Amino acid sequence: MTTSLKQNLQEPSIYLPTLAKIVEARPLTKLEKYLKIELPQGVSLDHKPGQFVEVSLLGVGEAPISISSSPSRSNGTFELCVRRAGDLTSALHSMGPGDVIGVRGPFGRGFPIERFRGKDMLFAPGGLGLAPLRSLINQVLDERGNFGRVVILYGARHPSELLFTDELAAWAARDDVEVHLTVDRGDEGWKGNVGVITTLFPKIEIYARNTVAVTVGPPVMYRFVLMELLGKGIPDGNIWLSLERRMKCGVGKCGHCQINHLYTCQAGPSFSYAEIKHLEEAL
Amino acid sequence: MSFKILSKSAIADWLDTLRVSNRVVGPKELHGRFVFGEIQEASELKLDYPTSVLPPKKYMLPQREELFRYQTDGSGMEPADEIPPTVVLGVHTCDLHAMRLLDRVFAQGYWDQHYLDRRARLVLVSVECLTPCMSHSFCKSMGTLSAPDNFDLHLTDLGSDYAIDVGSEKGAEILTGFSGVRDGTEEDYRRINRVMSEKWPRFPLRLDFDVTELPSVLSVSYGSKLWEELGQRCLACGMCTNVCPTCYCFNVEDEVDLSLKTGLRRRTWDSCQLDLFATVAGGHNFRKTRAARQRHRFFRKGKYQLEAYGLLGCVGCGRCAEACLVHITPVDTFNELYRRRVLRPATEVKA
Repeated sequence: MTTSLKQNLQEPSIYLPTLAKIVEARPLTKLEKYLKIELPQGVSLDHKPGQFVEVSLLGVGEAPISISSSPSRSNGTFELCVRRAGDLTSALHSMGPGDVIGVRGPFGRGFPIERFRGKDMLFAPGGLGLAPLRSLINQVLDERGNFGRVVILYGARHPSELLFTDELAAWAARDDVEVHLTVDRGDEGWKGNVGVITTLFPKIEIYARNTVAVTVGPPVMYRFVLMELLGKGIPDGNIWLSLERRMKCGVGKCGHCQINHLYTCQAGPSFSYAEIKHLEEAL
Repeated sequence: MSFKILSKSAIADWLDTLRVSNRVVGPKELHGRFVFGEIQEASELKLDYPTSVLPPKKYMLPQREELFRYQTDGSGMEPADEIPPTVVLGVHTCDLHAMRLLDRVFAQGYWDQHYLDRRARLVLVSVECLTPCMSHSFCKSMGTLSAPDNFDLHLTDLGSDYAIDVGSEKGAEILTGFSGVRDGTEEDYRRINRVMSEKWPRFPLRLDFDVTELPSVLSVSYGSKLWEELGQRCLACGMCTNVCPTCYCFNVEDEVDLSLKTGLRRRTWDSCQLDLFATVAGGHNFRKTRAARQRHRFFRKGKYQLEAYGLLGCVGCGRCAEACLVHITPVDTFNELYRRRVLRPATEVKA
């Protein structure tokens, strides 16, 4: 029985990070970097797809980062996909194997995969949204028999901004996964679809009543993707998304991530559309 | 009813006794206003103060609080120093009510050791308010003009004496061994009742409706034009949340010494009224306008906190109104929302 990082969230402080080691690092795009993190011996992250960790660098600060690896492939390590966007993430980009970071978590409510079993899965990540969704996609693929069809619609702004391209190719090569890619703007080598992610939806047919759709992307994307998903007849409760907010403390205290009365870091960041459609501040 | 009597002339001796093993803080005068600070001399203590600039919340949640210290190479992380046991004198009942909410916030779900350790080391000595402290307070309307059950000792000014209600073991302990208190008599009991019956009429009801209707009023007011009107006046300075006894939102920052070898992480009070409060890395601000931020503040006070913690987020102390440079006040805001509220006759029982 391995110990869980959650057990460290007791004494002496919920804000004290556990030190963990970067064991692998490589750039995915100009802006995004892949990091594989190893917790101290015997400790497992014990997370669910859709949860996040607070990553901290002593002397720099702390920020919430979604967990990109699936629990099924954890092996005492977990993976992050970090976009360079601020002080902490810029510092993370300058780090490599052997360097030490602080970790707290896992936090938040992940996707309720137990409720997805038996359903067809439609994944619609946009841009960096693939980072958290990769965790769920790989979990689904590692227990493939529990699910019906698996369809992935992935959009990025430009071919050079597509994340995890090796994995995308491996998923596309499987005969039990359907992958459609699109980019807002193509380049010379791009032979695929050009257009925003919503242009992919007419290409697929689904059995709406038995489909769970999971979409993660920038705030501006949700409204349009939701219109497509609702238009296909997927029930509100079967549409899941992950909302980005400033989850500074991760433990429901600091107040920054509030959506109306909900703390995103506690009630979310994963929500069904049914849960948030009446909240004025959600979308 | 059992209570104690402390003669005002014995207070200096009592403070000396308390100071032997406690830090003693209470209201004192500073530049014509009143602040909570360390009491060195009995003459500094102003138990009949009107209101304090900042609430005593700062003893559980300091404006700047060290969470832990570290070596930047990760070789050492130490929790912050323990704080001394502290007797807080002169807490008003509105602030007691506020502490009840804060206690729930920091104990519910994840346990916040920093707050709760400080809280456990506090002995709260509250005082009954006998006259309104200022024109902005509306404690009577909010139901906070009477003490909840979280005080350790509660004092009522009887003129030459204080009546002391003992609320906890901790409270009893700080009276133990002090010879300046005596048990209350039937006559003292009559004195208390006289003081109390004179007190209530002095306080006005300032909300135009019963406070239990506040969440309903807000629930039909999200789209009110009033928020836009407040947003146009609001300077987004954050003073309202700074002085609020129930506001607890915080930011976390690192500070590193010049050698870059050692540093500390601390939390500091933050404000939902500030521009960057809900802004994420990458620049998206989820509450861009001052109107949306003021609305968020009042919804937290009158609705969200009740839903999350079972207690209203406003205790009617009036500090935010006093601090606001453009005269945005909770009383005017709530009354105006009530006046403009959209009636939903189908859901209301008619006589």
